[in-house]
Amino acid sequence: MKFLIQRWIPRLVLAPSFLLVVLFVYGFILYTGYLSMTDSKMLPSYGWVGFENYSRLFGLRHWNTAVTNLAIFGILYIGISSALGLFLAILLDQKIRAEGFIRPIYLYPMALSFIVTGTAWKWFLDPGIGIENTMHAWGWASFHFDWIKNRDYAIYTVVMAAVWQSSGFVMAMFLAGLRGVDNEIIKAAQIDGASGVTIYRRIIIPMMRPVFLSAFVVLAHLAIKAYDLVIALTGGGPGRATELPATFMYSYTFTRNQMGVGASSAIIMLIMIFSIIVPYVYSELKSGDQQ
Amino acid sequence: MSRISQDNAVAGSRMTRALIYTVLIFFVIYYLLPLYVMVANSFKPLDEIRGGDLMALPNVWTLEPWRDAWSNAQIGVEATGLKPYFMNSFMIVIPAVTLSTIVGALNGYVLTKWQFKGHGAVFAMLLLSCFIPFQIVLIPAAKVLGFLGISGTIQGLILIHFVYGIGFSTLFFRNYYAAFPTELIRAAQIDGASFMQIFMRILLPSSGPIIVVTVIWQFTNQWNDFLFGASFSGFDSTPMTVALNNLVNSSTGVKEYNVHFAGAIMAALPTLFVYIVSGRYFVRGLMAGAVKG
Repeated sequence: MKFLIQRWIPRLVLAPSFLLVVLFVYGFILYTGYLSMTDSKMLPSYGWVGFENYSRLFGLRHWNTAVTNLAIFGILYIGISSALGLFLAILLDQKIRAEGFIRPIYLYPMALSFIVTGTAWKWFLDPGIGIENTMHAWGWASFHFDWIKNRDYAIYTVVMAAVWQSSGFVMAMFLAGLRGVDNEIIKAAQIDGASGVTIYRRIIIPMMRPVFLSAFVVLAHLAIKAYDLVIALTGGGPGRATELPATFMYSYTFTRNQMGVGASSAIIMLIMIFSIIVPYVYSELKSGDQQ
Repeated sequence: MSRISQDNAVAGSRMTRALIYTVLIFFVIYYLLPLYVMVANSFKPLDEIRGGDLMALPNVWTLEPWRDAWSNAQIGVEATGLKPYFMNSFMIVIPAVTLSTIVGALNGYVLTKWQFKGHGAVFAMLLLSCFIPFQIVLIPAAKVLGFLGISGTIQGLILIHFVYGIGFSTLFFRNYYAAFPTELIRAAQIDGASFMQIFMRILLPSSGPIIVVTVIWQFTNQWNDFLFGASFSGFDSTPMTVALNNLVNSSTGVKEYNVHFAGAIMAALPTLFVYIVSGRYFVRGLMAGAVKG
């Protein structure tokens, strides 16, 4: 009897979490998937329309803007954050005396809410009171920087704020990777007469491949989910210039009363994220089992 | 084996080192500048901000913007300031963090020390749930909260944060307990210790670091949440981030930049405080969230 109880207790302990996740994650995904094939407008409704919402979605200029913006934002955000993160990590790895002081400063933006970051950068970049106005006050009268109000350039201000927020974190990931490099290899290369730059280019940076992969997965996932930052920084504007899939989904579902289209855009976002995350999680779990 | 120094410093000339320090200091300024701008301008009268130089320290120091942001600013219908929303955030986050941490610890314990057939699949499902875009659950979650009669309430947001926090908490504890010697558990079992006794007496006492990591991770994420707050809160359960955004982006009235900056710092203070007090654990959590398995 006691044996039987002991056998079932662990499963009973896990059961509530399992059921909650099955319902709130996987059940909800199925439900949203179902809604994406219905004629839901302001409220869920169950008239079956097949893939009509998807074909409407892909025909919408608004959605195409959002996807194009995500591509621009994603590529620049991931590229710049990774490059800057690696660069700063390499510099910090040169026996820097003040490392303990500098590192936390690079990393603290990661503790902030995107709403706070957005507010700070919104006014900092605002031509009326921000950097442009300041440069004029300093006597540089021809200085001009109004990207945040410019349809063609506003998306780059989202990149600027996002890179500021996340690059320190990428730096920390690379620094941890660099600290894991066996420096016997480096000493051997130095004895062979390799220069510092060559050692990094040929030996150390190629060894950072797993870190590049982790950084890519984390940043891509953040980029696809990016919602708060855009809302706080630009509100999706000027016009629709900084709409992303996440803001599109919210406005179609909750303010434009096109829930079917909103649900189909959420499904597309899920597919984007899972096509990055699932292979990664799978390979990580597999390599974990082998250890 | 001889002790190896950890860094990979490449010997360089004094010039190179000076250059490295210059670049590092440049980026110190880059990362601190937005914070400096917020702090400096939150102590300025409004006309001083409009008059120019966002970078300058205040000519006239004033606490007025802070007082306004905290208790007078118009957010929503009433001019209550951010105070009630700040409290709402705590009332949501404290129970949700506590619950998801306790549940995560028990899950991690079961998944490593009481493995059953299919434990791998259960873990994979919990793990994958960490990464879904939350947009996918907004519509059904709103329905379920309505069905439970807790839409627009603090309780509703606690439930949502708790449920979507389970995945990460479980991940943290599972990875931590996986390294804990299973022989100790088996020995205790032979001595007749029960499931809960083993957890409370053997695992829990050595779980300090991972509890800190989990609490920090959950607190930061939940405090900084905007999407759930914007979707599911009512007028007396609105969290701080949503209130701040309403304050900054309301289209009516004069734009009181100094009040916005003061409000933004208030919204940032709890997580910044946690980061400053326990930065080491904060980083560890971030890393654990990035490197799985």
